[in-house]
Amino acid sequence: MNARLVERFRHCAALFGETARLMIGLPNYDRYVAHTREKHPEREPMSHAEFVRERQQARYGGSRPGRCC
Amino acid sequence: MNGLARQLIFIAVAVLGAFALGVVALRRDEAINALWIVVAALSLYTIAYRYYSLFLARKVAGLDRWRVTPAVANDDGLDYVPTHRHVLFGHHFAAIAGAGPLVGPVLAAQLGYLPGVLWLIVGVVFAGAVQDFLVLFISTRRNGRSIGELVRMEMGDTAGVITLFGTFMIMIIILSVLALIVVKALAHSAWGLFTVAATIPIAVLMGLYLRYLRPGRVGEVSIAGFVLLMLSIWGGGLVSQSPTLAPMFTFEATQIAWMLIGYGFVAAVLPVWLLLAPRDYLSTFLKIGTIALLAIAILFVAPQLKMPALTQFVDGSGPVWKGSLFPFLFITIACGAISGFHALICSGTTPKLIASETDIRYIGYGAMLAESFVGIMALVAASVIEPGVYFAMNSPAAVVGSDVASVAQAVSSWGFTITPEQLETTAKDIGETTVLGRAGGAPTLAVGMAQILHGFVPAFSNMGFWYHFAILFEALFILTAVDAGTRAGRFMLQDLLGRFVPMFRDTSSLPANLVATAGCVACWGWFLYAGVTDPFGGINTLWPMFGISNQMLAGIALMLATVVLIRMKRERYALVPALPALWLLVCTGSAGLIKLFSRDPAIGFIAQARRYQAAIAEGSVLAPAKTAEQMQQIVFNGYINAALTALFLAVMLSVLVYSLRVARQALKLPQRSDHEVLQAVGQAARSAS
Repeated sequence: MNARLVERFRHCAALFGETARLMIGLPNYDRYVAHTREKHPEREPMSHAEFVRERQQARYGGSRPGRCC
Repeated sequence: MNGLARQLIFIAVAVLGAFALGVVALRRDEAINALWIVVAALSLYTIAYRYYSLFLARKVAGLDRWRVTPAVANDDGLDYVPTHRHVLFGHHFAAIAGAGPLVGPVLAAQLGYLPGVLWLIVGVVFAGAVQDFLVLFISTRRNGRSIGELVRMEMGDTAGVITLFGTFMIMIIILSVLALIVVKALAHSAWGLFTVAATIPIAVLMGLYLRYLRPGRVGEVSIAGFVLLMLSIWGGGLVSQSPTLAPMFTFEATQIAWMLIGYGFVAAVLPVWLLLAPRDYLSTFLKIGTIALLAIAILFVAPQLKMPALTQFVDGSGPVWKGSLFPFLFITIACGAISGFHALICSGTTPKLIASETDIRYIGYGAMLAESFVGIMALVAASVIEPGVYFAMNSPAAVVGSDVASVAQAVSSWGFTITPEQLETTAKDIGETTVLGRAGGAPTLAVGMAQILHGFVPAFSNMGFWYHFAILFEALFILTAVDAGTRAGRFMLQDLLGRFVPMFRDTSSLPANLVATAGCVACWGWFLYAGVTDPFGGINTLWPMFGISNQMLAGIALMLATVVLIRMKRERYALVPALPALWLLVCTGSAGLIKLFSRDPAIGFIAQARRYQAAIAEGSVLAPAKTAEQMQQIVFNGYINAALTALFLAVMLSVLVYSLRVARQALKLPQRSDHEVLQAVGQAARSAS
């Protein structure tokens, strides 16, 4: 029972952290790495720092405002 | 739980909502508690979500749980990522919530709280959330294309270019009105200016830390930034009390306008990691945190509303903005009930993150309901402060005078009794020298929020801290919007100019970048400066223009939705978007025509320009202008505003013509003629699973 509660709490905390990061334009990094390894084994996935930098450029470097007034 | 019990619960919620709304609408002789409004709103949202959005999802759009979304088909872990619905809800809500739903209801409170509450609830259920839902649906079925591209796909090239141009004009008006709100809040306020200015070095420090010291650690750097922000509020309090430092941070409105214009240009050409991105992190988290805190505080404090349900200003004679309830209420409360700007977000990043089509109901319709609730909270915050203080803060000096004695007398004569001492005490409580001439919504909202939040944690804080916390909260995300908007506007301008001068197409070219950025800053800077120096106060001119442009874009989005439904051969549901589109056309059209042709110089742009022109010809100077130059400026502003309003109307009408034409052609065809993109990968995946 307790273990299940702890598990559930962890899951919620993880979702919460993921929400906070996506709010500022950062998708889940681990998922990105896993995806790249599986679907594009010939490519080396970006490091976490590169990933953050690439996402910043993508979020602010285009003609879509990305947020409301 | 069985179906019957479920239905009974929803019936109970509906009854509760109807009862609460009855209390809000009908109890006139006594002050009501803000919780009645909260309960009415939340129950009606629940019913609307449970029944109307289900109808939208199943019947109108026909969401298909098995259809593969762009996120699944193009999954790259970066732009296209199938995302957990709750996570995506947070992302989408953070993108649509902004200054609009906070400021509009505050300005609308001059009519009393009732008209605002009713429109926020009815508008979101039948118009705003419908628009967000349908645009998200249409974009998701077209690989996450933007609203301009969607219009081009479904209504033709010309309509697409017109929409793109309209979007650019809206950006300009939004940026200038947002910047004007900041200027109004920071003029003559050493505390406010210090705190807001401190966010620039804080953001740069965060940017450098994130780039060189601990690359990519956004969590820890955001927490550090938040601590520094709170310190800057505290530091601002010390600055405002220091006789040597306070004057260094006290500026006139025009000086702050120039600083903002310079800042906007520099911030838009600096690399994004240095200033824009870290500031965005701070403003996003502060925004969401403060909205949550305010919701909890309203529930705990349960404040009484002091503003009457209706004021005498429903006749159109109000001091904050001129014009009668119809159509100007629906222009003033722009976001919160319906916002055309959301069409940009719903056709931006969100459709590329939808994991399953059925999530569109929760994300598109649900997040917009939450946004409307933010508007309700802003209205509550504006209604819990003394109405006399509300009108003293928001009335232009031209109407009420500029010292506490004359303002108190003028406001009291309208029936909102207030003494000069009360106005002085309010200013002192919030750590400012004056509350007069603080139009624009943000300072009023900050006073209301300070009252509620101080009532929530009285032991630990003072009003001055919370007031400047609220100012910082608004200024921070407004400035982020100015940075990001200028950047986005620059790309839009390059895209538009590139159609005529190919050199501008190259977005990596530095000269093209600088010219386009300068062009964009000059556009909003011009309106900002005109607003700041406007003897009438600026907000009462710019906010209606913002409302008209924003509702115009919403009208375009809903017309697109109608056309798409007809092309899908779902014309029996076309009225679902067509009726709100018609309502917007009527509101925006009549507001625009009134602004253009009203003979009342207080309302009509042209009438006002003519009146001052006539006075110039006679060589006299009319109040509130004090010099011949100001007279010239009023005339010039009047004609510019008139031209712009006419342009907005022309954009809207031409899109209407295109949609009618396309809809007529589509009705004649026996088969579907829309341009949905089928995800090829999806078909394979479906048969495999």
